[in-house]
Amino acid sequence: MAEHFNKKPEEVVRIDYHPPQKAWMDPTIDFEKKRGNWCYGAAAKNTKYLDLPHPRDWHPTDEDWKLPENWKEIILEGIKERLEKYRSFRLFMDICVRCGACADKCHYFIGSGDPKNMPVLRAELLRSIYRNDFTTAGKILGQYAGGRELTVDVIKEWFYYFFQCTECRRCSVFCPYGIDTAEITMHARELLSLLGIGINWIMEPAANCFRTGNHLGVPPHAFKDNVEFAADDLKDVTGVEVETPIHKKGAEVLVIVPSADYFGNPHYYTFLGYLALFHEIGLDFTFSAYASEGGNFGLFHSREMIKRLNAKIYAEAKRLGVKWILGCECGHMWRVLHQYMDTMNGPADFLEEPVSPITGTRFENAKSTKMVHICEFTADLIQNGKIKLDPRRNDHWKVTFHDSCNPARAMGLIEEPRYILRNACNYFYEMPENTIKEQTFCCGSGSGLGTDENLEMRLRGGLPRANAVKYVRDKHGVNVLSCICAIDKATLPDLLKYWVPDVDVCGVHELVGNALIMKGENERATDLRGTPIKTNGGQGESQP
Amino acid sequence: MSSMPAFFTSKRNNAILAIAAVVFILLGIFTPFFRIVFGVIVPYMAILIFLVGVAARVWQWAKSPEPFRIPTSCGQQLSLKWMPSSKLDNPSTTLGVIGRMALEVLCFRSLFRNTKAELKSGPRLVYGTSKYLWLGALAFHWCFLLIILRHLRYFANPVPSFVLFLESLDGFFQIGVPILYISNLIILGALAFLLFRRLLEPKLRYISLPADYFPLLLILGIVLTGMLMRYTAWKPDIVGVKELAMGLVSFRPAIPAGIGCLFYIHLFLVCTLIAYFPFSKLMHMAGIFLSPTRNMANNNRMQRHINPWNYPVKVHTYEEWEHEFRDKMKAAGYKFDKE
Repeated sequence: MAEHFNKKPEEVVRIDYHPPQKAWMDPTIDFEKKRGNWCYGAAAKNTKYLDLPHPRDWHPTDEDWKLPENWKEIILEGIKERLEKYRSFRLFMDICVRCGACADKCHYFIGSGDPKNMPVLRAELLRSIYRNDFTTAGKILGQYAGGRELTVDVIKEWFYYFFQCTECRRCSVFCPYGIDTAEITMHARELLSLLGIGINWIMEPAANCFRTGNHLGVPPHAFKDNVEFAADDLKDVTGVEVETPIHKKGAEVLVIVPSADYFGNPHYYTFLGYLALFHEIGLDFTFSAYASEGGNFGLFHSREMIKRLNAKIYAEAKRLGVKWILGCECGHMWRVLHQYMDTMNGPADFLEEPVSPITGTRFENAKSTKMVHICEFTADLIQNGKIKLDPRRNDHWKVTFHDSCNPARAMGLIEEPRYILRNACNYFYEMPENTIKEQTFCCGSGSGLGTDENLEMRLRGGLPRANAVKYVRDKHGVNVLSCICAIDKATLPDLLKYWVPDVDVCGVHELVGNALIMKGENERATDLRGTPIKTNGGQGESQP
Repeated sequence: MSSMPAFFTSKRNNAILAIAAVVFILLGIFTPFFRIVFGVIVPYMAILIFLVGVAARVWQWAKSPEPFRIPTSCGQQLSLKWMPSSKLDNPSTTLGVIGRMALEVLCFRSLFRNTKAELKSGPRLVYGTSKYLWLGALAFHWCFLLIILRHLRYFANPVPSFVLFLESLDGFFQIGVPILYISNLIILGALAFLLFRRLLEPKLRYISLPADYFPLLLILGIVLTGMLMRYTAWKPDIVGVKELAMGLVSFRPAIPAGIGCLFYIHLFLVCTLIAYFPFSKLMHMAGIFLSPTRNMANNNRMQRHINPWNYPVKVHTYEEWEHEFRDKMKAAGYKFDKE
C-alpha cells in the first residue's frame, strides 16, 4: 500500500458526519495535512505533449501554483463560454434548491464525512463563483445571495474537491431536477485545465493514448507480443489454438478493448475469455494497435480531449474497412461510446448497421453509432443457443456482480451481464438493492483518481461498495466480484483486500471463458487463471 | 458568517431597502395613496417582473444548446428484443420521456427513491428508505397549487365550476365555520417540516443559504395572513377584495375602501414572492422541464445527436502514428499498405 497511508480500517471508519464550525465558504485547504486525499499535479511534459495551456511542473503542496498572470480573467471567461455552450451548465448552476437529497448518496461523503463531498456542496463551490459574478442577485447582495469571491484559494479548493468526484452520477439519480454533478465536475476540471492545472494520473495516460494508441503506452510491437502471448496462454489451458488478427483489412468486426485487458491483472483473464469466445463462434474480427484503447481518459479532462482520443476508433474502422465495431468490458469507455462518440466523431456512415454474423440479430439499438457492447453480443449468443456453457466449471466461484457506474447510469446496461452470469455460473448472488443497478456505488477510484498517492480517499470512497460485498461474502460465501470495467478490475482488488479480504475480482467474460465448451479442447483441469476446477455436481443455488 | 460592518457596505444597501419597504406598507396602508400603491401599482409591477423575468431566464437557458445527449439512465436500456426495458426510468422514445417527465413533475419520482445512509458498528452501512422529504415536498407543492386554484374565485365572475368543486373537495370534512380547508392544515405542516428540517438537521443547516430560508418564510407569511383572514375576526371585506381583483384582471383597477390592513399585507407578500421568483431558486419550477438528464431519450446509439458547435480537433492520425513506430512494427512482423 502507498507510503502515505497506514491507517487501519477501524480507524478509517470512525467517520464524523457533523459539519465543522468553519463555514463552507472558507476555501482554505491544508494540503500537507490532507496527504493521501489528493493526486499529484500533471507533469509539464504531458501537458506540453498534448498542446495544452500553461505546462509547468508543480505540486499541490507548493505555496505558489505558478498560475498565469491573468488567471482570474481566464476562469471568468471560461465560465462565460461554457454558460453559452452548455444548457446543462447554466441550468445546474441556477435550479438547485439545496434540498439535500444528494448529500448521503456520494461514496466520498459516506466514506469521509467531509461536507464538501456532499454533491450539493461540491457544486456550490463553483455555483458561489457563478452567483457572485454572473447573476444580478449575486452582484448586488454578494455573500447574502450565496456569492463568493474568486481567489487563488478557491482555485486550490476546486482542485482538491473536483478531483474528489469520480463523475459516477449516483447523485443525479436521486436529484429531483436531475442535476448531474459529473457535468459540474467536468466543467470545473476544464476550467482548471485552462490554468494548466490537472493531475498526472490523467494527463499521462491521455498523452500516452494520444501517442501510442493506449493509456499504458504500449507500443505496437509490444501490443502484438502481448496479444500473441495471450493466445499461447489460452492454448495452455484449453489446448485450442486461436487467431489474434491485428490490422486485418476487410474483417467484419473491429474489436476495441481497454488496454488493461491485454496488460493488467485480473483483466487479462477476461481478455483470454474474449479470445476463446471469438474463436469458438468463428467471428471474423480484428484488433488494432493504433486504436488499442477503448477507455478514454479524455473524459476526465475535457470534452475536447474526449474527442481527440476517441477519433481513432472510427478512423481505424474506416481504414480497415470493417462493417461494425464491438466494444469490450470497460465503464468510462462506454460512457464515451454511448453518449459522446457519435455526436463528436460521427456520423459513421461508412459502417453498416450491426448484425451478429452468428445469430443474425440486428442490433437496432446501435444502428447509428454502429458499436455493440460485448455483453449485448454474448447475451444474444446464449439466448440463441449458439454457444455451449458448462457453468460447473465456475463452481469454485461464488459470484456477485458490481454494476459499473457508467454502463448502469449512462446507458442502462443492467440485465445483459446478469443474464450471462446466470448462464455461465451456478452461484450468483446480488448485493443489497440500494447498492446495485442504477444505485450502484463507485469503486471509489474512477475518473482518473486511481493513483497511489490518493489511496486514503480511494479507500474511503470504496467503503460503500466494499461494505455491500462484505454483506454477500458473510451471507453467501461470495468469493469473487465480477464487473465490466477496467478501472474496477484495476482498483477493486486492493480496496477489497483492505475492507473485505478473501474476495477476488474478475470480468464477466473471464467466467464465460471458463464455462465455454470449445470444439477440440482438452478437458479443463484449471480455469483461465490456472486455478484447479472443482465442480459441485452442477447443483446450483443461485438466486433467481 | 455575517458581520455587522459588512452589512453596511454599499453592496448591502438593497437589503436595507427591503426592510424599509416592509415598514412602509405597515405605515402606508391607511392612506388612499398607499392603497393605490399596494393595491394596484405593486401587483402590476410584480406580475410584470415575473413575466419578463421568467421569460428572460427561460430564454437564457433555452438559447444555450445541449451539445450532448446525457440522460441519466435509471433502469434497463432498450437493447435485445427479448430483454424487457424500463420504459419510464430509462426511456428510449419521446413518449417515454413525456412519461418520465410527468412522473418527475407530478409525483417527484426521483425524490421518491430517496434513502438514508447510516454507518453502524461493524462497520455496516445500511440504507433505509426515507420518504419524508418526498412526502413533505409533494404535500407542499400540491397544496400550494390547490390554494392558488381556489383563489381563482376572486378573478372570475361567475366562479368557474372546477373552482367550486376544488373548494368542496378541500372542505370535504366540513369542520367548523367557516369550513376548514384541509389544504391549509397540510401546507402549514409541510412548510413547518421543510423549515425545521433545514434548521435542525446539521448537514442541511450547513448548506442552507439565506436564499433557502427567505422563500420558505415568505410563503409561510402568505399562508398565515391568509388563514388569519379566513379563520379569525380579522376578516377583510370579501366583496371589496373581489372588486379589487376583478379590477386588476380587467385592467380597470378600482380601490374599494375598507378592505382591511391584513389583506394588504397578504397581497404585498404575494407580490414580493411573485417578483422574487425569477431571480431565485424557485425557477426550478421551469428549469425541471429543461433538465437534460431527464428530458432526453436514451436512444444515443440509435439516433445521432448533433452538437451545433462541434469543431475539428487535433488528432494523431494513423499515418503519423505509423511513421513514428514503423521500424519497430516492421521488425515485429506488421504488414503495411505502402512498403
